[in-house]
Amino acid sequence: MSRRRLALFLLYGGFLLWGFIKRFGPSVEVARNFWTFSAQMVMILPCAFVLIGLFEVWVKKEAVEKHLGRGSGPLGYLWAVLLAATTVGGIYVAFPVAHSLYRKGAKLGVIFTYVGASAICRIPMTVFEASFLGVKFTAVRFLVSLPLLVLASALLGHYLERKGYRMPG
Amino acid sequence: MKYFWAFTALMLLLSVLADRQKTLRALEIALRRFLSILPAFLEMIVLVSVVLALVPPRLLLGLLGGEGRVLGMGIAAVVGSVTVMPGFIAFPLCGILLKRGVPYMVLSAFSTTLMMVGVLSYPVEREYFGPKVTVLRNLLAFLIALAVAVATGLAFREL
Repeated sequence: MSRRRLALFLLYGGFLLWGFIKRFGPSVEVARNFWTFSAQMVMILPCAFVLIGLFEVWVKKEAVEKHLGRGSGPLGYLWAVLLAATTVGGIYVAFPVAHSLYRKGAKLGVIFTYVGASAICRIPMTVFEASFLGVKFTAVRFLVSLPLLVLASALLGHYLERKGYRMPG
Repeated sequence: MKYFWAFTALMLLLSVLADRQKTLRALEIALRRFLSILPAFLEMIVLVSVVLALVPPRLLLGLLGGEGRVLGMGIAAVVGSVTVMPGFIAFPLCGILLKRGVPYMVLSAFSTTLMMVGVLSYPVEREYFGPKVTVLRNLLAFLIALAVAVATGLAFREL
């Protein structure tokens, strides 16, 4: 763990402890948020990483390369969106999955599309959104954001691939 | 969420039946990857817990409800970028704001940046994509969200 991170955690822990002793309201609020958010992560991350592990050992590199890699064409982007639509947990889960896809040979444009789409087109969330803000609102968001996302991802992917970018790790 | 756990368990079971050795290796990979990213996730949770305490939903109601359309859209986009909120809180909140007369385009800027732009998830994203690409990707996402907000404004005749 980096020094900066360790310092941050110690400072944070100290703040919470001090807050509990002094009964400082905001500290308690922060602790409650920490608890709620961690609980959410604990519900999702273990399963997500187990599935990533299974993906790593069972799915062949050639299969990913063929459908999501350089030769995949527009269909690769479609798969990315469909995969994202069914990703549980949203963008936090999408990052490690994206990394796994990259190691298996998916191209960058498809990967960025997947990550972005996991933020904007997950099915349960979309249904929820439409029920509070109306179908028209959701439809406009979809029609504008999805093409722009694919376009931006493809351009970013091309640009980075030309520059010889490699994902860390 | 129950289904997610059930699905994972089923996959694991199928994997064990097919090949125990491979399954063991999968679990090893899962554990190693999880532990290596855990500090970054912790850092994100720490940041989120502080920011959420600084920007409670009450304050959000004031921030998003107060201004005119275009300024409101800008404020909403920034607020949405720097906060994190699960959908089951964000969308009902948007529903309340809508009833109070907040324009659709402001709500669109807020909810879209909330989903697409993650300032607080920077610690996690950086570990996977590196700092430069993380910034670039979020910048593009911010611009897309603004485009969505403007389109929403046009669609609902607010612009």
